[in-house]
Amino acid sequence: MRAAQYLRAFLGILHREALRWFNQRSRFISALVRPLVWLGIFAAGFRFTLGLSIIEPYDTYIPYEVYIAPGLVAMIQLFNGMQSSLSMVYDREMGSMKTLMISPFPRWFLLLSKLMAGVAVSIVQVYMFLLVVFLGDVLNFWEVEVPVLGYLEMLPSMILAGLMLGALGLVLSSFVKQLENFAGVMNFVIFPMFFASSALNPLWRVKESSLWLYRIYSVNPFTHAVELIRFSMYGKLNGESAAVVAGFFVVFMALAVWGYDPGRGMIAKRGGPPE
Amino acid sequence: MKNALAVSNVSHSFGERMALNGVSFDIGAGDFTVLLGLNGAGKTTLFALVTGLYHSGDGAIAVYGADLRKHYLKALARIGAVFQQSTLDLDLTVEQNMFYHAALHGIARSVAAPRITAELERVGLADRRKDRARNLSGGQRRRVELARALIHEPSLLLLDEPTVGLDIESRQFLLDHVRKLCAERGMAVLWATHLIDEADNNSKVVVLHKGKVLASGTATDVVLSSGEATLRGAFDKLVGSAPGGKGKP
Repeated sequence: MRAAQYLRAFLGILHREALRWFNQRSRFISALVRPLVWLGIFAAGFRFTLGLSIIEPYDTYIPYEVYIAPGLVAMIQLFNGMQSSLSMVYDREMGSMKTLMISPFPRWFLLLSKLMAGVAVSIVQVYMFLLVVFLGDVLNFWEVEVPVLGYLEMLPSMILAGLMLGALGLVLSSFVKQLENFAGVMNFVIFPMFFASSALNPLWRVKESSLWLYRIYSVNPFTHAVELIRFSMYGKLNGESAAVVAGFFVVFMALAVWGYDPGRGMIAKRGGPPE
Repeated sequence: MKNALAVSNVSHSFGERMALNGVSFDIGAGDFTVLLGLNGAGKTTLFALVTGLYHSGDGAIAVYGADLRKHYLKALARIGAVFQQSTLDLDLTVEQNMFYHAALHGIARSVAAPRITAELERVGLADRRKDRARNLSGGQRRRVELARALIHEPSLLLLDEPTVGLDIESRQFLLDHVRKLCAERGMAVLWATHLIDEADNNSKVVVLHKGKVLASGTATDVVLSSGEATLRGAFDKLVGSAPGGKGKP
């Protein structure tokens, strides 16, 4: 296979992902509404009950809405990664995954293409969310101002965070046998990852209340995805978070490739096909 | 000349369950071979192994000389497959499904477009190309899957129980169409079924039962060596005398 054929295969996978996204309007709407509910209702309610000190990357005191905005961006990507994973399990149950799996390209390439297509969709969703956030700021619904350059500077962080969260989704999809088991995984993955992260609470505050909790927050890869995005929104690089997110991406991707390996992984190990 | 498909001593188990046990047979280029077996014979497992969905525990599979373990991608490029369970994306249109398949074989849209038109015309569904797959009947979906499997011009076509759930007319159409492809394009075909009447006297037959090959050869040879008058009689005799198993397809 030549490079042009690899490119065509990738574009085909990206195109299908985009078509599915356009077709599933409810998925698109919920991806937009979910973070807005957090921003417009949850954050607004907590605005006056939570005091924040000046912490990096901020140069001044900030309202709570500003604090949770990067966490909500990461949340969109987390949900999207899990949604892609769910669609892999669905495709497997419906049989359409075979179309992908019998294509004459290496499995790692097919999985990476699928992953990158999912990340592209998640980034479009994030920018739509940020557009609404911007409009809400202009119309005084909330005070969340992102530096103009920040919209661009956060792009590499979102790509890296999206890859890591999408790869986690791929790993889960290779281990989850049936669609109905997926709800449990969502509850045991999405909610703990989101709530035990710096998306809603700054780490220094968690440390003040419980050292154990702080340790859990600190090792949560989602915390680092949030911090990576938060810093990049303000034109700063959080090197530690970037390294942690990249490291987890490599680990999750390796596990996903193993999980989908026809000789060794979960696909080969569990049960046979129906005859 | 290399065999289109060479299956040599292939065994595969899922945990304790032995799905295939020392399966061997060959298919020559241009052969129409019927893989005959009851439900649970191991046909679908064999298809999964030949299409590389997972690797076999033991034995070797080669497609036109390309070993599936060593030259996995080369082998896959020559295979077209129609699985027992539909693999169409029901939310996409017929055309979108076909372009997706073409892209997954690295084929440019400009090359794929005329092939898609030609294949859809052959199966009589050119006017449904903009319809969602969900809105097609079972028989039409099968035709689309067959048309799709041919876009990359495979030299080995695998069909796993392609006529299950189809009415008589659709079933006959599919059978005639594939036989024609075999004759016109010199394409090797492996047609898995539990319906004996889908094999005619000229077909090559492989009888698979409980993971083992009980007989293989032309339908006429299998009938003669069994001492029965028909293929159905031969099949019943072979299956009936196999350890632990009887049943009618």
